[in-house]
Amino acid sequence: MVCRKQGWGVAEMAVHSSAIEQVASHDRSRAMDAFKLGDRVFYWITRISAILVLVLLGGIIISLIVGSWPAIMEFGSSFLTTQRWAPSAEPPVLGALSPLYGTILTSIIAMTIAIPVGIGIAVFLTELCPLWARAPIGMAIELLAGIPSIIYGMWGFFILGPFLADTVQPFFIGLFDGVPILGAIFGGPPSYLSLFNASLILAIMVLPFITAISRDVFATVPPVLKEAAYGVGCTTWEVVRHVVLPYTRVGVIGGAMLALGRALGETMAVTFIIGNSFRISPSIFAPGTTISAAIASEFAESDGLHQSSLMLLGLLLFVLTFFVLAAARLMLLRLEKKAGK
Amino acid sequence: MNPIYASRRRKDIIVRALCFVAAAFGVSWLGLILFTLFYNGLAGMSWQLFTQNTPPPGASEGGLLNAIVGSLIMTVIGVGVGAPIGMFAGTYLAEYGKHDRLSPVIRFINDILLSAPSIIIGLFIYGAVVVPMGGFSALAGSLALAVIVIPVVVRTTEDMLNLVPNSLREAASALGLPRSLVIRRIAYRAARTGLITGVLLATARVAGETAPLLFTALSNQFFSLDLANPVANLPVTINNFVQSPYVYWKQLAWSAALLITLAVLALNIGARLIGSERTAK
Repeated sequence: MVCRKQGWGVAEMAVHSSAIEQVASHDRSRAMDAFKLGDRVFYWITRISAILVLVLLGGIIISLIVGSWPAIMEFGSSFLTTQRWAPSAEPPVLGALSPLYGTILTSIIAMTIAIPVGIGIAVFLTELCPLWARAPIGMAIELLAGIPSIIYGMWGFFILGPFLADTVQPFFIGLFDGVPILGAIFGGPPSYLSLFNASLILAIMVLPFITAISRDVFATVPPVLKEAAYGVGCTTWEVVRHVVLPYTRVGVIGGAMLALGRALGETMAVTFIIGNSFRISPSIFAPGTTISAAIASEFAESDGLHQSSLMLLGLLLFVLTFFVLAAARLMLLRLEKKAGK
Repeated sequence: MNPIYASRRRKDIIVRALCFVAAAFGVSWLGLILFTLFYNGLAGMSWQLFTQNTPPPGASEGGLLNAIVGSLIMTVIGVGVGAPIGMFAGTYLAEYGKHDRLSPVIRFINDILLSAPSIIIGLFIYGAVVVPMGGFSALAGSLALAVIVIPVVVRTTEDMLNLVPNSLREAASALGLPRSLVIRRIAYRAARTGLITGVLLATARVAGETAPLLFTALSNQFFSLDLANPVANLPVTINNFVQSPYVYWKQLAWSAALLITLAVLALNIGARLIGSERTAK
């Protein structure tokens, strides 16, 4: 506070030269010293805060490794290939195969739904939508991104799950009944809690991310390019397909990978409706689990090797998302550089 | 009509229709979710929610007072700790770090932390705070939220400071203002609305965070203001009540969900309004 007050005084001194003449010269040098000190303190506060970001990442990695060390020692690489998850067996048998499978499968299904729809919405917003409706629709999509994930989970649990189990799932099960492979994938009894339900909720959750980034990169396409294409008689679809998408390919892929990173680590939306079953089933209508769902539902009541294994799951998830997110950021960075030039 | 032209037109119409359907699909989810939230949440809205604590299992009376207060406390502490750190770090990246070779690394790592799974943050705080402190606590929950706030604020602060025209800084420097005062008096003031927007968005982000609180703040059936002990909060309360067999608990979960969503949407819309005021000027 003192420093701030002094700052005002000195700042005015610097502006009104008459003020300088009035103060004695040693006051001036004192003021200069205060400037220097304040400058240095502020510089170091900001610098240390910035370095704290790196420390955070380091802390996350170290605490995960430390926490999962007993499990790494105990299970080694067999952790990745064991499907059984029996924390109360003697000795406990714990394997990551099932949550890994669930995490990757739900993310893939979610992205298969969300990428085309998300890009479709972005195309609609940038090319087709009347101007007056752009802002409200864009805002609605962005608000969708703001809704906390537990709300999605709860909504999926109470509303979407029963709806899917009563209508959509029986339809697919009937449609592919008896067909080899597809019959197994879309087989089994319909269920309120399933990988498929979780995937759909995930798709809805990541949709806004894909739309927002696609819309932003679509806006970077020089109007001249689009106008030229329209000028030679292209239809809207042809402009999008042959001008907008090729020009923004890197950005769109980057956005999709960012969304993938989100989907991989999404916790609350998935935990309620995936069923938390550690058995790998060929059917996507069967219950399963993901890494984050396993941690969320078991960690608070775990101890010893069980807890350590959950930490190890967390470490795996972190490594997985780190690479996906890093790749996404590198792509988007490349695009920014291109736009900057 | 030329058959090639006709097929091109047909394809175009189909794709336009699909895009329209996609947009309707996206917007209708928001509508559906909000509708069911209001429909189920409003049924349980009463003064009781704000005057009574969460009920024990099976009871048919009670509110969310302890959870609301706990959420407020943790959000305030989380943002209070995270926002200044994030602002200073963002300031460094935008103002001082232009020629620092560390800056691109920090920026990159920050962007990754920005979208890192929040449950991982929970694991980190569990290992770094809960274990050494010997138990779950409101403080641990607040710190987990702070870790989530930091990257958001770093990003917005840097972006907003970069928007401040350099001529303003140069003018201030030419008058003899030292660097730190140029930043605090000129750059911060010029970017003020943007900085506030960033903090509001960060608050909205953590207000509904559940995963990192599950094993840091845990929950508490009773009213508590003690930072060293578990504290009730809305997200974990929802988590516990949704999967319970008690009808009244489920009703409370809907009400809590409505409260959180309203708060988050209000913060988001507020942030946007402040942001757009700036561009309108």
